[in-house]
Amino acid sequence: MSAQPQKQPHRHGGGDQPESADAAQVQGNPQSTERAAELDSLLDEIDTVLESNAEEFVKGFVQKGGQ
Amino acid sequence: MDRRVFGVESEFGLTHRPETGRGLPPDELARYLFRPVVEFGRSSNIFIPNGSRLYLDVGSHPEYATAECDDLIDLIAADRAGERVMHDLALAAEERIHRDGFTGQVYVLKNNVDSAGNSYGSHENYLIPRTTHFRRLSGILLPFLVTRQIIAGAGRVVPADESSQAHFAFSQRADHMWEGISSATTRSRPIINTRDEPHADAASHRRLHVIVGDSNMSTTTSLLRYGSTDLVLRMIEAGVPIDDFELENPIAAIRQISHDITGGARVRTRAGDEFTAVQIQRGILQRVSRFVSERGAHHEHVDRVLQLWERALEAVESGDHSLIDQDIDWAIKKRLVQDVATQKGLDLSHPRLEQIDMAYHDVNPHRGLFHLLARRGRATSILTEEQISQAMTTPPPTRAAVRGEFLSTARAYGAECTVDWVHHKLTGRPLEAIMVKDPFAQQDDRVDTLLNKLGDRQSQLRERSFDERSDNAVTVALSDKYALITGAEPPEPPLI
Repeated sequence: MSAQPQKQPHRHGGGDQPESADAAQVQGNPQSTERAAELDSLLDEIDTVLESNAEEFVKGFVQKGGQ
Repeated sequence: MDRRVFGVESEFGLTHRPETGRGLPPDELARYLFRPVVEFGRSSNIFIPNGSRLYLDVGSHPEYATAECDDLIDLIAADRAGERVMHDLALAAEERIHRDGFTGQVYVLKNNVDSAGNSYGSHENYLIPRTTHFRRLSGILLPFLVTRQIIAGAGRVVPADESSQAHFAFSQRADHMWEGISSATTRSRPIINTRDEPHADAASHRRLHVIVGDSNMSTTTSLLRYGSTDLVLRMIEAGVPIDDFELENPIAAIRQISHDITGGARVRTRAGDEFTAVQIQRGILQRVSRFVSERGAHHEHVDRVLQLWERALEAVESGDHSLIDQDIDWAIKKRLVQDVATQKGLDLSHPRLEQIDMAYHDVNPHRGLFHLLARRGRATSILTEEQISQAMTTPPPTRAAVRGEFLSTARAYGAECTVDWVHHKLTGRPLEAIMVKDPFAQQDDRVDTLLNKLGDRQSQLRERSFDERSDNAVTVALSDKYALITGAEPPEPPLI
């Protein structure tokens, strides 16, 4: 598999230099503030529905072969 | 064919997450899940009143095969009805598990891979004329299917391994395809399966069985997936010549394309040319567009399919995935994964992102991330809730309606029966079994005559309302359509 996608932007873990379009516009107009708030609320909701131990969930999800 | 019969079979992943420790093993969990199915139909492999089939496949995968549909919207609604059935069964299983002293939640995931590398499918069936030259068909269809993932893939967070970093791929299934065409499904997993069980008049039709597709959550993506495939088939059937995209190595190509989300992967044709997936798709789309403008649209959604198709190709080509990040599963999922990764400062190899990938496919409408995104306007839909509910109880207007009526009537009279895609038999009248070979037939006089022997249906059967049906059932799909009006004469015994 030679051509691995390298498109993912570099992520600075918790860095103070926001890089994504959503984050970069936070300081801007009210519309983008609203968008950032929406994103926060989406991520909060996701946190409430997902099992907190991601690794256990992923590792526990094993099926037998199919078809 | 202007009118075609379609069907899709979805295998679901199933898991139990207790509060602590390990969950129930898959076979035991599957038995819990299918208990109401067995109670309703006395088997874990049954046809249900909406004409579809519900069963446990090899490896304890719950599976839902839609009834035969002759309309794309009906097909997509039938498929989504299957998700609802699984959700209802999961809730009932969870309750029973709790009653038996266990804890935790039951998850049914409509995806195609688990964390151990097992894969399970989303199989499409298309009725095609027997006259279609199969070699020519596969020559055009294979490159189309190999590249279709860029417009209809479900997307996947691929964890790191020895040879590559964690990354986002177009497809769930691409890595699990091992052959272009073959008759096997478990051993070798071909893109096109030649198993020829037409479930119809074999002199005029064959069934094209495509097992390469990803399970879709987005109904918009489903429309593009089935709509584009139907258009390509239509053009093949009409004998329209098409550019030669036959691939040197379809299996290497499908993987290469899947793992390069930039769309830049170039794959080699037998003629020695190199193309990107976008170029191949665009070549096919141009032909299809010309075909449609010459012969006209054969259904009302053709324009929408063509527009979506073009927009998806533009998104991949330009790298501006926001063009389709509410419409196409891989792009909807990728946006979510990126948002979470950015906001929380996570690397793509973080298990949370793999978990998000899986949870995107959770059929639970309250917990599943696709449903959560749809509620927040981050995913479009082409169906209404009513269409999905209706598909849970009502067969589409094809042979499925004959099957549904047969099953529902026999059940109301307490007459034992067996049905499959083609056969209709009352156990008490084995010599009067009826084959309905025409999948388009919405009604069959012979079946009506047979059912009339059970009694005067007009005066003795009362159709139950949707609410009445859903009140006392685990899922409305496993409820009886008719109630026998009390005081009705029991059916006449068969004459021998």
